[in-house]
Amino acid sequence: MSLTDKFKVIHSSHVHESAEKHVCGSAVYIDDMVEPARTCHAYLGLSEVAHAKIVRLDLKRVVDAKGVICVLSANDIAGPNDVSPTGLNDEPVFATGVVQFWGQPIFAVVAETREEARRAAKLAIVEYDPLPAVLDIESATKAGGKLVTKPLTLKRGGLKKAMKNAPLRLSGEMKIGGQDHFYLEGQIAFAIPGEDEDVEVYSSTQHPSEVQHMVAHALDVPNNAVTVKVRRMGGGFGGKETQANLFAVVAAVAAKKLNRAVKIRPDRDDDMIATGKRHDFKVTYEVGFDETGKIHGVDAQFAARCGFSADLSGPVTDRALFHADNSYFYPAVKLQSVPLKTNTVSNTAFRGFGGPQGIVASERIIEEIAFALNKDPLEVRKVNFYGPQTGDVTPYHQQVSDNIIHRLVDELETSSNYGQRRQDIIKFNKSSSLFKRGIAMTPVKFGISFTATWYNQAGALIHIYQDGSVHLNHGGTEMGQGLNLKVAQVVADEFGLPLSAIKITETATDKVPNTSATAASSGSDLNGMAAQDGCRQIKDRLEVFARELSGDSSATVMFENGQVTIGSTQYAFGDFVKQAYMARVQLSASGFYKTPDIHWDREKGQGRPFFYFAYGASVCEVIIDTLTGEYRVERVDILHDVGKSLNPAIDIGQIEGGFIQGMGWVTSEELFWDDKGQLKSHAPSTYKIPLASDVPEVFNVALAQWSTNPERTIRRSKAVGEPPLMLAASVVEALSMAVASVADYKTCPCLDTPVTPERVLMAVTDLQNPDI
Amino acid sequence: MGALKTRKHVRFWLNDKLVELGDLSPTQNLLDFLRLQSGLRGTKEGCAEGDCGACTVLVGRLSGDDLVYEAVNACIRFTASLDGCHVVSIEHLRGEGGKLHPVQEAMVALHGSQCGFCSPGIVMSLYALWMSQPNADQKTVERVLQGNLCRCTGYVPIVKAARRALENGGQSADPLVNERTQMLEKLFALHDGARVEINSEAGRFILPANVDDLAQIFLDKPDATLVAGATDVGLWVTKFMRDLGTVVFTGHLGELHTILEGDEGVTFGAGVTFSEFWPLVHARFEDMGGFWGRIGGEQVRNMGTIGGNIANGSPIGDTPPALIALGAAITLRKGDKRRFMALADYFIAYGKQDRSPGEFVESISIPYLSREDQFGVFKISKRRDEDISTLCGAFRLRLDGANRVKEIVIAFGGMAGIPKRASNVEMALKGMEWNEETIALGMAAFEDDFTPMGDVRGSAAYRMLSARNLLKRFYLKTQGDLHELTRGAL
Repeated sequence: MSLTDKFKVIHSSHVHESAEKHVCGSAVYIDDMVEPARTCHAYLGLSEVAHAKIVRLDLKRVVDAKGVICVLSANDIAGPNDVSPTGLNDEPVFATGVVQFWGQPIFAVVAETREEARRAAKLAIVEYDPLPAVLDIESATKAGGKLVTKPLTLKRGGLKKAMKNAPLRLSGEMKIGGQDHFYLEGQIAFAIPGEDEDVEVYSSTQHPSEVQHMVAHALDVPNNAVTVKVRRMGGGFGGKETQANLFAVVAAVAAKKLNRAVKIRPDRDDDMIATGKRHDFKVTYEVGFDETGKIHGVDAQFAARCGFSADLSGPVTDRALFHADNSYFYPAVKLQSVPLKTNTVSNTAFRGFGGPQGIVASERIIEEIAFALNKDPLEVRKVNFYGPQTGDVTPYHQQVSDNIIHRLVDELETSSNYGQRRQDIIKFNKSSSLFKRGIAMTPVKFGISFTATWYNQAGALIHIYQDGSVHLNHGGTEMGQGLNLKVAQVVADEFGLPLSAIKITETATDKVPNTSATAASSGSDLNGMAAQDGCRQIKDRLEVFARELSGDSSATVMFENGQVTIGSTQYAFGDFVKQAYMARVQLSASGFYKTPDIHWDREKGQGRPFFYFAYGASVCEVIIDTLTGEYRVERVDILHDVGKSLNPAIDIGQIEGGFIQGMGWVTSEELFWDDKGQLKSHAPSTYKIPLASDVPEVFNVALAQWSTNPERTIRRSKAVGEPPLMLAASVVEALSMAVASVADYKTCPCLDTPVTPERVLMAVTDLQNPDI
Repeated sequence: MGALKTRKHVRFWLNDKLVELGDLSPTQNLLDFLRLQSGLRGTKEGCAEGDCGACTVLVGRLSGDDLVYEAVNACIRFTASLDGCHVVSIEHLRGEGGKLHPVQEAMVALHGSQCGFCSPGIVMSLYALWMSQPNADQKTVERVLQGNLCRCTGYVPIVKAARRALENGGQSADPLVNERTQMLEKLFALHDGARVEINSEAGRFILPANVDDLAQIFLDKPDATLVAGATDVGLWVTKFMRDLGTVVFTGHLGELHTILEGDEGVTFGAGVTFSEFWPLVHARFEDMGGFWGRIGGEQVRNMGTIGGNIANGSPIGDTPPALIALGAAITLRKGDKRRFMALADYFIAYGKQDRSPGEFVESISIPYLSREDQFGVFKISKRRDEDISTLCGAFRLRLDGANRVKEIVIAFGGMAGIPKRASNVEMALKGMEWNEETIALGMAAFEDDFTPMGDVRGSAAYRMLSARNLLKRFYLKTQGDLHELTRGAL
């Protein structure tokens, strides 16, 4: 590495801050920490019915089991028995009286070893008096459609009139499956009791502040008694935004009760059974359009299986509506969410947060129009893209002012050779009876900001020590996305230091308080800006000192290449900082940032919920086997917008990983509940995420190098965590085209997701035998 | 038997230390032994069922006069079964002065880790590949990664890193390569021909000295649980917390790993792993090649045995349909007595096999395909690789000179409570001309043979429909047509 490379820290590719530790097994996850003496282990006892009154709970055999120290139930929780993140008081830590889903925690047992606790948890005698269980969207709707939270309606334009006047209309429905996060590191919490009311909790969480609040509530102590820490997670994807709360509460309650360190880690099956997932949706839509494919009006309902409690279902179903337009202008529109209560695990945040379901549904509407008009769906997309000719106001009345979708799509259309390949495929399908190909191109426009406006704030804490080494702390959490690295790049660049001078430290609620979840793709936008603010406060002081030192009050001060340059004098950064210390300059600062200009009125369904949009597009080509429904994703081309990238390698990693995760969601990842409400796909043996051999053989991923964020984000970059997942919408449509070819593309197959081989074969068979 | 020595402890090498364990539970898994007892926490638990690979370590074992290192899942590997082996964990990879191993170096340079939790396991899988197949191609890289899940990267940088590490080479400087002779001697020294028998508070287990010893032990203790590769039994413990009673391990018995290639067919010990059998697949049963690479992941193929796949009687075991169609027979042994039977006859009903207490599968024989035989085996699963069969169909056909069906054997897994022959379909085809009309007749007969169930892997209707269509696929294969999608086939 040359000297200039060493100091070229921003807008350049650097490896993950923990990469070397990752590959050596020396990166410490919570289960790897050295335990204090007499650490004990908790395990949850889960319900084995979907909905019932608990008639009898007999824990004697549990208490008597080998190694058991105590059991915990609702009575052991001093504060409210509740971990609902939105304060609805609808999510008990331990069920009392009634269980509301199969796998709901009823009690916990604490034992000397995890193995003993796990075995003991199975020994409880629970007698149930069954209640009627509502397990899915259909039965919930039939049973009256009870909601877990207030629904949202977005509307604009005169829909009734637009629909009436539209030359053509069609309606349909689509079922969109859920998804398990399958973070490789499961849920875990580790609580160490302190003096007085204090407790320190290591929690694999994306939201340490919320864990802190939940633990404080449960223990009935002030927030300042609870410190939550996390150095890194082994994956999060939204599954550790609220789902870590319960585990942390159980560990903390047990730790305080016993005055011993307590760890809790469910095994993979219990993790998958007892924690929430991506919402499955049923979308019903009616669209009015004309012969050019231009949409006149859209009327759609988004019913979601939310599970037994609200959790984040309100904002998740809201975000589905926010993305039901994807990149398209709807002149008249009404979108409604239906967040249904069911007797299943409470669904939660998952990368995209409802957005993917909105986008997949919008692409289905486009596809249906294309089939109705016998057009290439891309043509229909283009006539409906937001733009000066079509219109640029979203269903939530925000103006799309940073639109780059036309250029992105045009460039990708050319670079992927979409048009020619589509013709070739149609030709191939004519001559190939067994195997059929499909190709599709879908865009993504994703709104960046928490729709809960107050979440759009962040803090950071920067110290410079006397040797010039820098300690960086911020409110975001590291789950693999490279957030710590990006923020460190910002800090290194501010001080003109190499990355190696910046020490990245664990997220801790006693260093940066009142943090927001690391979610909504916002991590580097928010924390990067907060860290920059902290750096600049220190730099301001250092600059004042530098001018004093030089005696030249107008001297230029520069922090570059590890040097501080004052006029024509240079100091090594460390030497300069030492002098600043001796002169009693404060070398520490807490930075703060709040996203400007955003506002959202949910009652009216109007505002500017998003600071900006991130864009992207993908072209996918598949081949299916019409005998078995098996298929391969053969080629994918992606062009994605990350503004001016802070770290292209990290961003490409997010795009590749996000796409493959999205591809898994729409292809092989199928959640399967039996008719009793028991989840049967609860381990990697039965729940199939993509493998290396599922990755498209040709996989071209490029950044839109020319893009920059018109808003003043951190170094004009854009968020990248969630948007690429939705690029996988092209996989669904490519499969659809391949299926449709068996009936000469006359009928839209209307595939539900995940498009498993079974769904493909059944759709092929239906099209081949329309009369059966 | 009188002269047999008995040892009261298990001993193996763990990285550079000799481990001796006298007080060991039969079901103590290697992962917990590493993480909880040995303080080696680089190896991670992701699923505890051998599917995610986060716990991948290498196990070096004697194979004849050789020492082979294989990637295995520490979560379902019982520690007791490691007697005489060399276990290598991620902590052993760094070189002098903390220098990264070439595989680690490539993973770092190419951004192969994001959250990092799967990384140690991935590094170990790639290490095994890099050491044993320095010329591996892209497909092989993907195949050895079937047993490693990564949720962050989408695998692209991991596969690139594998290619880079292979290109960079450097194997001759690797400790496991250049210290092999010394380790071989150390392991030979551990192989004292003794029976290992441990009774502790936690349970009882035996590692028989040889197959005769195994036969005697099992005759005396017919309730004992026999454990070969533990790819199924491991889950009884990690998932169901089942008490296995007395455990008798068989994986270490060299005799059960022998493969005899005769003139008419191959006979091999029940302990032969899927990986050990692979050369035979290439040499003698080429039509099974694509299928063989879809059994489990690499770690499971390294641990799992064909005998175990048969003996456990699962209706969705991978190999039974293929082996039935090939006309395989098994030898069951009880004490000194042996009996032979066609594999198809071994499976009686769901959970019930023709095996008496104290009796075990000792060997398997598969006749070679004759020049007139045509063969195909097709597995269908939700995810192509490292998945349990939704269903699996195997076909062997012999035509007469007039293109009529002289002989046909069709066997299916996943369509009934046992791996089962489609005898009505066979009957419908026999004597008929081998053409599309006949295939249609055969397809219509499936309902006489099977009434499949619906479950997490697929509906009953899908199973029936695709089972029928597999007959058509086999027909197309016999016509030389492109009949199956493979990666990069078209």
